[in-house]
Amino acid sequence: MRNLILLDAVYKPSDDIVARTIEGELIIVPLVAGIGDMEDDLFTLNASGNDIWRRLDGKTTVRRIIQDLAKEYAATPDAMTRDVIGLLRELLKRRMLVETRVP
Amino acid sequence: MSTHAYNIRKASRRARRSSRNPVRLPHLDIELTERCDNNCIHCSINRPPQDAQARARELTASEWKGILSQAADLQALTVRFTGGEPLLRDDFEDIYLHARRLGLRVVLFTNARNLTERRADLLARHPPLEPVEVSVYGMRPATYEAVSRVRGSFREFWNGIRRLQTRRIPFIVKGALLPQNVADQDRFETWARTLPRMRRPPASLVLFSLRERRDSPARNARIRALRPAPEAVIACLERHADDNRRSLREFCSRFPSPPSRALFPCGAGCTPSVDAYGKLQPCLSLRDPSWVYDVRAVPIREALARLAPRLRRKTAMRSSYRSRCARCFIRGLCEQCPARSWSEHGTLDTPVRYYCHVAHAQARWLGLLPPGEKAWNVHQPKTRIQRMQSEILHAQPHPSRRRLQTV
Repeated sequence: MRNLILLDAVYKPSDDIVARTIEGELIIVPLVAGIGDMEDDLFTLNASGNDIWRRLDGKTTVRRIIQDLAKEYAATPDAMTRDVIGLLRELLKRRMLVETRVP
Repeated sequence: MSTHAYNIRKASRRARRSSRNPVRLPHLDIELTERCDNNCIHCSINRPPQDAQARARELTASEWKGILSQAADLQALTVRFTGGEPLLRDDFEDIYLHARRLGLRVVLFTNARNLTERRADLLARHPPLEPVEVSVYGMRPATYEAVSRVRGSFREFWNGIRRLQTRRIPFIVKGALLPQNVADQDRFETWARTLPRMRRPPASLVLFSLRERRDSPARNARIRALRPAPEAVIACLERHADDNRRSLREFCSRFPSPPSRALFPCGAGCTPSVDAYGKLQPCLSLRDPSWVYDVRAVPIREALARLAPRLRRKTAMRSSYRSRCARCFIRGLCEQCPARSWSEHGTLDTPVRYYCHVAHAQARWLGLLPPGEKAWNVHQPKTRIQRMQSEILHAQPHPSRRRLQTV
């Protein structure tokens, strides 16, 4: 797995997880072993993380996600880049995301 | 967004109870088959493994998949596969994978005999996300097979355990305490302590239910003969007296039973089950035909919507129930429920004398009742509960809490 996250890269949820919305909360359910620290871990994202996750659709570039969210949250592009890249790193580390197109 | 705006954290593992949906389904019990490769002397449901008639009536894999999809649509997070022995189904893997692909966690109840290499590999690759729960009927071939009544079953069970251990698949064990295996109890508990997921002594079934389908007076007679006397139940509790007394007292203080004729204060309907033939029941045990819905004909959502108001409205009519159980403040301790009443007597509201005797013995053991007093005659049950609560507060802290305090 590459450590570098390019702004023109596109990501989508991995086939190794199932993302479900239960009572309005996003729950990431591992489908294969090795996603969590334990075999029975489920994961959830807070509202901001959820906003990022919804945009990881296999079509939208990281750059576009940052631009959209910076506008929506009235945040600086730098701050938003840190947040988005930070979450992408976490999700990639846990094999919850896959890159679909490398520029 | 702030610096830590994104936040990935572990989600609660507890089944979620919807507060918004009128039809609630946090969890669904699924009885894949009533057939079992064991023929346990105390079993309340099992049918022979080759029972062609039962097999022909069972839902197909495709029908089970439809039911699982409905459960996921109703926001269930967990399903429990039980039986009979769910691994007797040739299509188990297909059904299991479908559940997992829907994002459902699976609790698997099994005797582990049919946990083949292939199936163990499947559970290792696609973890159920809940520990597999294995029933243990003895720690030696002679004791195990005196209960299971199948030659060679102990070896197969043990092979299944080894396959789970080799692959580090989380599992827990539970027992059934019977005259045939009581000599193994210490060995069972000692072994269970070595298992990574066993954080407390294994639960052992002691109060055996009669046949849930009321299908065999002969087997019922045998089950009745296996039931321990109330004094023997207390002797079981004495094995881990401090822990058991503490947890039972805490349970009683949290769940006092105000006088009520309502028959279903237990949550029946919130965690329903579907039997092997597609009948949705209010719970895993209640088989009364007038309380089940055929989910081959009715969607689960509709069945639950019809069931919920009936459960809320249903009250006891029988005078013996109204004069005793409806006024009894230790109902929380008692195994009496409509399902047990139905399997014993064919009605929902006939008190089951055996469970009543056991509950009273437990209440005496906890100090809630003096000898001879009946719980339904207690006029100030709150005072008893409060006195017990204050004893809990003044009691020595639990060993685990002591450790935490030291740290």
